[in-house]
Amino acid sequence: MALKLEKTPMRELDPQERRHHFKEVALGYTLEEAIQEAKRCIQCKKPMCVTGCPVNVQIPQFINALAQGDVEEALKIIKETNNLPAVCGRVCPQEEQCEKKCVLGRKGDSVAIGRLERFAADYFMDREEPAERPASPNGKRVAIVGGGPAGLTAAADLAKLGYDVTVFEAFHELGGVLVYGIPEFRLPKAVVKKEVEKLKDLGVTFRTNVVVGKTILIDELFEYGYEAVFVGSGAGLPKFMNIPGENLNGVYSANEYLTRINLMKAYDFPQSHTPVKKGRKVFVVGGGNVAMDAARSALRLGADEVHIVYRRSEQEMPARLEEVHHAREEGIIFDVLTNPVEIIGEEGWVKGIKCIRMELGQPDSSGRRRPIPVPGSEFIMEADIVIMAIGTSPNPLIKNSTPGLETTSWGGIVVDEETGATSKEGVYAGGDAVTGAATVILAMGAGKRAAKAIHEKLSNQ
Amino acid sequence: MYKILEKKALAPAIKFMKVDAPLVARKAMPGQFIILRVMEEGERIPLTIADSDQHEGWVSIIFQEVGETTRDLGRLEEGEFILDFVGPLGKASDLDELDNVLCIGGGVGIAPLHPQIKYLHEKGKQVDVIIGARSKDYVILEDQIRGMCNNLYVATDDGSYGHKGFVTDVLKQLIESGKKYDHVIAIGPLVMMKMVCRLTKEYGIPTTVSMNPIMVDGTGMCGGCRVTVGGQVRYACVDGPDFDGHLVDFDEALRRSQMYKEEERQEHDCKIGGRI
Repeated sequence: MALKLEKTPMRELDPQERRHHFKEVALGYTLEEAIQEAKRCIQCKKPMCVTGCPVNVQIPQFINALAQGDVEEALKIIKETNNLPAVCGRVCPQEEQCEKKCVLGRKGDSVAIGRLERFAADYFMDREEPAERPASPNGKRVAIVGGGPAGLTAAADLAKLGYDVTVFEAFHELGGVLVYGIPEFRLPKAVVKKEVEKLKDLGVTFRTNVVVGKTILIDELFEYGYEAVFVGSGAGLPKFMNIPGENLNGVYSANEYLTRINLMKAYDFPQSHTPVKKGRKVFVVGGGNVAMDAARSALRLGADEVHIVYRRSEQEMPARLEEVHHAREEGIIFDVLTNPVEIIGEEGWVKGIKCIRMELGQPDSSGRRRPIPVPGSEFIMEADIVIMAIGTSPNPLIKNSTPGLETTSWGGIVVDEETGATSKEGVYAGGDAVTGAATVILAMGAGKRAAKAIHEKLSNQ
Repeated sequence: MYKILEKKALAPAIKFMKVDAPLVARKAMPGQFIILRVMEEGERIPLTIADSDQHEGWVSIIFQEVGETTRDLGRLEEGEFILDFVGPLGKASDLDELDNVLCIGGGVGIAPLHPQIKYLHEKGKQVDVIIGARSKDYVILEDQIRGMCNNLYVATDDGSYGHKGFVTDVLKQLIESGKKYDHVIAIGPLVMMKMVCRLTKEYGIPTTVSMNPIMVDGTGMCGGCRVTVGGQVRYACVDGPDFDGHLVDFDEALRRSQMYKEEERQEHDCKIGGRI
């Protein structure tokens, strides 16, 4: 059989239609499409794709099951190492990970591993999925701080090993960035909810509305009988540019803007009671996935014009190509090599944004060419909403309330990379709380490593 | 779910609720706040803790029904449940170094002042209190506070009780009659706190205010509650809510508090129109 060089395409909503609502853009494969795509996999003896996966999903095996139409078996294989496949199939940067290493990629398109993973999980969204049975309890308790990707992964792995696991979440809902950050049109909340619900079947206990560091301290968790603590509290603290006008009405951090829209469903205001400003001319500052999410959300709220303002060129943008492509298709305007220097106000409200043109100089420490302002090139654009999507740093609540927990100068928790062990006995950490803002799957990988280390430690006690 | 153990109307549109929240009660300190959500489609709003008992495991809140969320909250009855109730958030008030304090509370701002007065009283500190309200009907917690302070003064806008006029008038009279305070704590509407601070700055009395800006998460995550203090941007939820009143940019805070006025009207009209 001749190799098919092209990926089986995935259906998407039309850009002109979808820019007006929050429904999911990418529609996923049908069973036929999934089998067709699965059959493209040549089942390498030494599969490189697996080495590109931070949680080591047994990719050829699950694809083989799919190729034979056995979706149940495929999902079972995925879930051996990944308890959030519907999430990962949607938001992992596969093009940088598993798919990048696929040998088919040398001559044509790599196998659409992410889409297949998503298919296997989605297939059971409205079908009864064979329940995973809780492991027999080993009588040891572990506390997980933060119900995001890192924490949920650590919780799942430990529960499967028989630990009595409690996840403490500050918000009223579980999922962390999956529910407050990533918009519905990229990751439907029902999908997150379903995967979280499955963790309850594993016997994990969830306590929402508990802010560790405030409601309860790490040291107290040990007093309550937890024998180890995993901290996956994320990178919640938004950065601003420290330019004039940032406190004007109409300036948001991307965190606030997206939390209002995603977690609090402000797009459904007033049926949902949390408001968000619906601008006419919206400027999003930054070039990452969060910036794309904020821009595309603004468009869906009804803005006439949405701009991405980014100081480097499009080539250096950290956002996934697919996200940039989707944003462009929907009509987002990209002002690259442009940097804001001031937000201009009138009676306290945003009226404009003053920017300066940039050019690229020598590569900086990140390896990307450093943007340098072009003197005298300032110009003003009319604006009524400005959203700062220039990154976040770890939330200091835990650091400030946990004596003996070593952190870096920028607030990241210091850990042993292999195990996630912190400077404090029995406390492990992973995800954005350690690395600063990164990806869902890297956080999950860290949760996995820490779970393994916690198990090794506690089973030797 | 957090059970409402007790509910009382204290004044027109001002209600008191005692809520079963043992974890919050265990840690609550004067000056801290909680965030609650009444129902599934509800907004998260911050409310300062009015009182708490760690042995009995309850926290009390006092709120004025000024928006949709506080009205929804006010409709809940004893025995019913608040969907989400998280805290204690923010830093505790720094009270231990104070000896001779004047506490000024305006309107529902008396409620967050209450645990601070109680704390100072229990530590044997000298405390005078000025309560300000629109009229006699709106004066809350008078009896409780009277028992915890040396002198209690009341000012009402319409003169229906106590001094006719503003808390700043009383403050001025006290200082000019020779009273000495080493610290003022003022909690109430932004305009009141601004006017108190203007006066105490003239008199050179250090003054702490409690800011209550718009918030979403209350843990430093959204940055919506930013306040400019001494030229620095601070987050009221994690750096506050208490700040040096002489350094707070009240005009900016007033402006930021108006951010969703238009949406609030829209929401209100919508409900009046019977669509919901």
